[in-house]
Amino acid sequence: MSEEIVSELMRAHVYRLASTGQRVDGRVLDEPRKVAIQRSFVKTAEGSARAKLGNTDILVGIKMSVGEPYPDTPNTGVLSTSVELIPMASPTFEAGPPRPDAIELARVVDRGIRESKMVNMEKLCITPKEKVWIMFIDIHVLDFDGNLFDACSYGAVAALASTVVPAKNLGLGEDFALPIEHWPVSVTTAKIKDLLVVDPSLDEERMADARITVTTDENGDIRAMQKGLSGSFSYDEVKRIIETAQRVGRAIRPVLRSS
Amino acid sequence: MEDIEHIEKEMKLIKADGRRLDGRKADELRPVRIEAGVLRRADGSAYIEWGGNKVLAAVYGPREAHPRHLQDPARALVQCRYNMAPFSVSDRKRPGPDRRSVEISKVISEAFSAVVFKEQFPRTSVDIFIEVLQADAGTRCAGLTAASVALADAGVPMRDLVASCASGKIDGVVCVDLNKEEDNFGDADCPMAIVPRTGEIVLLQMDGHLTYDEFQKAMEMSIGATHRLYELQRDALRRRYSTTLEDILKESPPVPPPPMPESELPPPPEDDFGPEGI
Repeated sequence: MSEEIVSELMRAHVYRLASTGQRVDGRVLDEPRKVAIQRSFVKTAEGSARAKLGNTDILVGIKMSVGEPYPDTPNTGVLSTSVELIPMASPTFEAGPPRPDAIELARVVDRGIRESKMVNMEKLCITPKEKVWIMFIDIHVLDFDGNLFDACSYGAVAALASTVVPAKNLGLGEDFALPIEHWPVSVTTAKIKDLLVVDPSLDEERMADARITVTTDENGDIRAMQKGLSGSFSYDEVKRIIETAQRVGRAIRPVLRSS
Repeated sequence: MEDIEHIEKEMKLIKADGRRLDGRKADELRPVRIEAGVLRRADGSAYIEWGGNKVLAAVYGPREAHPRHLQDPARALVQCRYNMAPFSVSDRKRPGPDRRSVEISKVISEAFSAVVFKEQFPRTSVDIFIEVLQADAGTRCAGLTAASVALADAGVPMRDLVASCASGKIDGVVCVDLNKEEDNFGDADCPMAIVPRTGEIVLLQMDGHLTYDEFQKAMEMSIGATHRLYELQRDALRRRYSTTLEDILKESPPVPPPPMPESELPPPPEDDFGPEGI
């Protein structure tokens, strides 16, 4: 995500600690940071949530509008996800059109929500082939302290769950809550040399050789995955990572549901 | 015709008792809350809630100016980027800069250029980022007021904070700090920013229709409001930085100094007022 340098001293320290099962911030290797969600933060949005994952801080707003469906899915609503890595959030972020890392991030978050069928999109059809609800998920990264994949996903899920569709304003019947049917949870693991750490901190992320994001649903089924960076995983590692993602996902899901 | 009259009656922005729709008097500000030092990565930051506005400001720098051809060998650049989140307004705003935000960014940069000691940091850039998370009219004033606290939080040397507030005219009455409805249906809007200690005006814009007398009244109201905002800005910084003796003792209890060897004790002071007194 960034070009910043991690000192040799820090690299050695992180790796030495990790090889004894410890981390700089006191966590064990498969332990995520604390997740805190504040719903309905923005009143101008139809749904919103501020999500903190440790010190990573993001704000998600959901805007609903009416538009045409895609020709190949005439009976389903439209979902559009975008992430802005605003220069406020990190000295390495720059203003301008989204760069590849922001686009990948938005697409991975989108995939978790879309593929898990979190929102029943067919209930967002107003007139087949003509009019459907369009959901815009806009993710604003405010403070970047590592692992945006999970923070953005948690924020987006919580924001969708708080969204009320403004049907009445547009003369389309009564307002209604988005039809939420599943609860995807994304869990990202980074690989540092031969060690795996869940929910990498900024330093861990910067020195990681490879990264993998696994999104599971409430049944523990896998709904989306994305491997990143130039390193590689063995098949055994991938299996371990998925098992951890299922377990961590189970622990985090109630936080997203109840906040 | 009847319809139009009906609408006009509904648009009445000043009630019979002279109060505004939200119950404020003409010279009354909406509630304002400022917090300093809210972000971890930024060198300085501040968050402001002002009526229905929610705005974050962050400061990076002084740091190397990019691209290099922008660098000024004699002084720092002060660069501001004002941006609205897509969900901050009722109709989703397309991400990225539009002409309005480019103009606002420019006038805010210029306002801060007037107070930052730029000569101390040649070839660098002081970058100010203002993110409007929820908008309710007066976002540039809220952003500027917050950014000023963020600059102080970053430790950027300045002659003073800058405080900003708009005033305008609604239903023919000059009022301070217009809200969304008043801004949409009002007759004039005049945002300004001043350096409270010296009274210098570092930002001034106006659109609508004001007589010279009304303008003077508006400016006086704005100046009064900025002095109240200045107090809130300083309060936010005090809350962030003031530490009481109790806080310090709690964090690190005093360690008694090691006893000095007898021979190294300094000689008792010799003065005209010896133990016997005068």
